[in-house]
Amino acid sequence: MEGNEASLQSLTLARKFGEPLRAVHMEAVQPFAPDAMTALMAMVADDLDVSSVFAAGTDRGNDVMARLAARTGLPFAANCIAAEPGDPVTVVRQRWGGSLLEDALLRAPRALITVPPYAFRVTDGPAPIDVDVKPYLTRIEPEDLQVQVTGHVAAAGGGVSLAEAKVVVSGGRGVGSKEGFAIIEELAGLLGGAVGCSRVVTSAGWRPHSDQVGQTGTKIAPELYIACGISGATQHMAGCKGAKRILAINADAEAPIMQNADYAVVGDLKEIVPAISAEIRKLK
Amino acid sequence: MVLADDAMALETRHLGFTISPHEECGVEEAVRMIEAAGGESVVLTLGPPEAVEQLRDAMALGIDRAIHLQTDGSEWDGEATAGAIVDAVRADEATSGPFDLVFFGNESADSGGFQVGLRVARALGRPCATGLKGVKVEGGSVRCEQEADGGRDVYAVPMPAVLTVKEGLNLPRYPSVPGRMRAARKPVAASTPARPPARLELVRLVVPAGQGRRAELLGSGAAAAPAVVEMLRSVGVL
Repeated sequence: MEGNEASLQSLTLARKFGEPLRAVHMEAVQPFAPDAMTALMAMVADDLDVSSVFAAGTDRGNDVMARLAARTGLPFAANCIAAEPGDPVTVVRQRWGGSLLEDALLRAPRALITVPPYAFRVTDGPAPIDVDVKPYLTRIEPEDLQVQVTGHVAAAGGGVSLAEAKVVVSGGRGVGSKEGFAIIEELAGLLGGAVGCSRVVTSAGWRPHSDQVGQTGTKIAPELYIACGISGATQHMAGCKGAKRILAINADAEAPIMQNADYAVVGDLKEIVPAISAEIRKLK
Repeated sequence: MVLADDAMALETRHLGFTISPHEECGVEEAVRMIEAAGGESVVLTLGPPEAVEQLRDAMALGIDRAIHLQTDGSEWDGEATAGAIVDAVRADEATSGPFDLVFFGNESADSGGFQVGLRVARALGRPCATGLKGVKVEGGSVRCEQEADGGRDVYAVPMPAVLTVKEGLNLPRYPSVPGRMRAARKPVAASTPARPPARLELVRLVVPAGQGRRAELLGSGAAAAPAVVEMLRSVGVL
């Protein structure tokens, strides 16, 4: 889902770089082998003599584009939210997980650019069209299959996935302990949402890293993000700024999260969160 | 975030520095592997003279020695950074023997180029798996786990290899006082590589405009609960 969203955004930037647009299906090599995929992309790029290659700035998209850059000896601009053709190409790149932007010049005979998910809303553009599919048949070299998926481990748990949840209820230092998360879990359960947390919580061992929202954790884009006892450091906001709405519950009315929220409740989360849960129960 | 006057860097006079989360997990993993199987571990960074503090931090966790590629603090793009690291790894291997594994953070916390580890791997002719949250040596290869499709994809990567890792791979330890004292005596090999012209050139940094969120205060304490529930209903999550 994240990939599709970013692919659409890639397409929006790529349109500025001329016609025709060509698409390469990232699932072309199965099971996934990033170097084989890269070899294929290098071959197609040369065969079609393209001016630029765009990909979604997902983990996989950035991985394959960096491999393409290394293999073909080109620079690579990751996570660009804007790009203009020219010599040099000008781009606006995300730094610090999007908390800071960079105007940069890309000097390359072929521009390699990725576009991050949720970077901007795609509002216009031509309607989808039917495309001709040109199959490529190639021999894959054994060294390009040294790194290939050999298995898949399903996610543990089975609750609502943090990345896909419509509501995320998240706790920070203010929750105080591992046991303190019981009230966060209760509210998340009542809202059919997922539990999240800040980095200080995972560093303390109160929650697993898979619950961490932030620049080095999971980046989320729920309908509603409820941040309980989270101060709102830049690295945390990088993970939740995609939320449509943010409710901050914090004892400190001056906490940075209060400046980045849509709704705020000031006070002790240990009283407020159970009171909200009790109020929801009255409705059911 | 506050920029320096020339908008080419962050204003850092009032900030502290740490090893970034992904890289810290790489350091921890290397230390654990050496504790389990023996051998030697080396930490490397490219950065200004002050970055020696982070090298000492890594050695306080158990890394044996350090390589410091010193810069004047100016921006190095991914290609230039990778080139300097490749030269340093080759020089070290020529005298101390080959590395079985080279760890990188998946992407740097600041510039987020997503490419240095993969470029180094390509130049050294070694396989590379990225974004790893699980790493385990099994004979002559490494079992690697990478988050994908709501679970984890598994790779078996033959050694020697380059691995880029993410926070969550492990829970890094805190340095002990004896560890810090030992780190102060461990060797740091410093050199100053020349910076080639950037092909991805930073022109200026820009603090993005806020998203225009203006918090509506729903109340204080438990008494705010009805107002919160009313909001939950109005936005359609209840």
